[in-house]
Amino acid sequence: MSLAKRIIPCLDVTDGRVVKGINFLELRDAGDPVEIAKRYDDQGADELTFLDITASSDNRGLILHIIEQVASQVFIPLTVGGGVREVEDVRRLLNAGADKVSINTTAVLNPQMVADAASRFGSQCIVVAIDAKKVDNQPFQWEVFTHGGRKATGLDAVKWAEYMAKLGAGELLVTSMDRDGTKIGFNNPLNRAISDAVDIPIIASGGVGNLQHLVDGVQQGGADAVLAASIFHYGEYTVQQAKEYMAQHGIEVRL
Amino acid sequence: MRKIDIAVVDYGMGNLRSVSKALEHVAPSKNVLVTSNPDDIANAHRVVFPGQGAMPDCIRELDLRGLRDAVLHAAENKPFLGICIGMQMLFDHSEEGDAAGLALLKGNVKRFAAADMKDSSGAKLKVPHMGWNQVYQAKPHALWQDIADGERFYYVHSYYVQPKDDSLTSGYSAYPSPFTSAIAINNLFAVQFHPEKSANAGLQMLSNFVRWQP
Repeated sequence: MSLAKRIIPCLDVTDGRVVKGINFLELRDAGDPVEIAKRYDDQGADELTFLDITASSDNRGLILHIIEQVASQVFIPLTVGGGVREVEDVRRLLNAGADKVSINTTAVLNPQMVADAASRFGSQCIVVAIDAKKVDNQPFQWEVFTHGGRKATGLDAVKWAEYMAKLGAGELLVTSMDRDGTKIGFNNPLNRAISDAVDIPIIASGGVGNLQHLVDGVQQGGADAVLAASIFHYGEYTVQQAKEYMAQHGIEVRL
Repeated sequence: MRKIDIAVVDYGMGNLRSVSKALEHVAPSKNVLVTSNPDDIANAHRVVFPGQGAMPDCIRELDLRGLRDAVLHAAENKPFLGICIGMQMLFDHSEEGDAAGLALLKGNVKRFAAADMKDSSGAKLKVPHMGWNQVYQAKPHALWQDIADGERFYYVHSYYVQPKDDSLTSGYSAYPSPFTSAIAINNLFAVQFHPEKSANAGLQMLSNFVRWQP
């Protein structure tokens, strides 16, 4: 027996509440972040990810208070992303109790920031989030998008992943924008291409609708961790049920 | 002079909040102090020596704050818990940045050889070793009390210690080969994983440390 594959519930937070949208739009309220974090911890979540999806507008400081509250009650790794623009933002989140900080748009606008943050705080706490979409107008299959999926970058997601690993990212959070919120499963070819290209762990994200999708994410997509939101938020499945299902399908998990 | 039950050594590298919060959680009546003052470390009943980031930077920052002697003295004289880089720094030398350690313990810190590592199904193993792995207890110890042999703890690291003296090893994990993940000698216990991030098993270990009378 060895390292377990991780299940990571994701909490999209705006104005102090957890919400869930479809294809980055149509937000629905899903509850209080601290309560939800505690519930997932009780169910055996391996980590938690908080994405501050309104980081560019008002109430940005709210996420720091939420993380402080969660970190004094929940003793598993916490990742926070959304609106991380400079090394100082990373420091603030780590001080509030985050263990890892996820960098997305800024990594594209200023890749050096990833290198600077990794050298200052260690690669172990730097996650680069890659939002990718299938394209047919480029010489590659998947393109990196930024600004919550609104802006195309012209970057090949697989090459970008390799570059981020080289600059010092400790982990990659790969979200398929085509799949996010659709409940039809992860984009396993995308995840497999990235997982094979880098030595660092990857988290598959976007599209989970049932427990078999989690199994496929690991077995077909080569993911080291699987991230899901709505299947847990609305009580369709508990994290415990997800882990039992994965274990029954031959995946090593922490039970 | 104020009473310090547990000093958490702060040398300016990374996030110590989770360590102190977890200690406060398991020992609400104890005074937990995050400190970079050598006198506090000298006065504390127990010392926790955490670590994050790169070992050469950690050693440099430790020395900049004049903490080396206080840490070494504590490691030989009072209940002492090293975590992650705080464990690695106790050894002679690390491959990370070809750095000299504090040399309290004989042995070296090595990097996982990512290119050669496969699991039993032939899949590539990633570095850093990140996530929950099983920890096997090499011998009984007060800090393993009420923790199952093979319990999972949370790891995030690319380097591991290789003690010269095998008898230092108190716990080990496999990735894919077995490596030392806990050491024990006299009043000193140190772990490569993060008990402060390992849910109930980790809190149990910290609770054991807070009550440990070596």
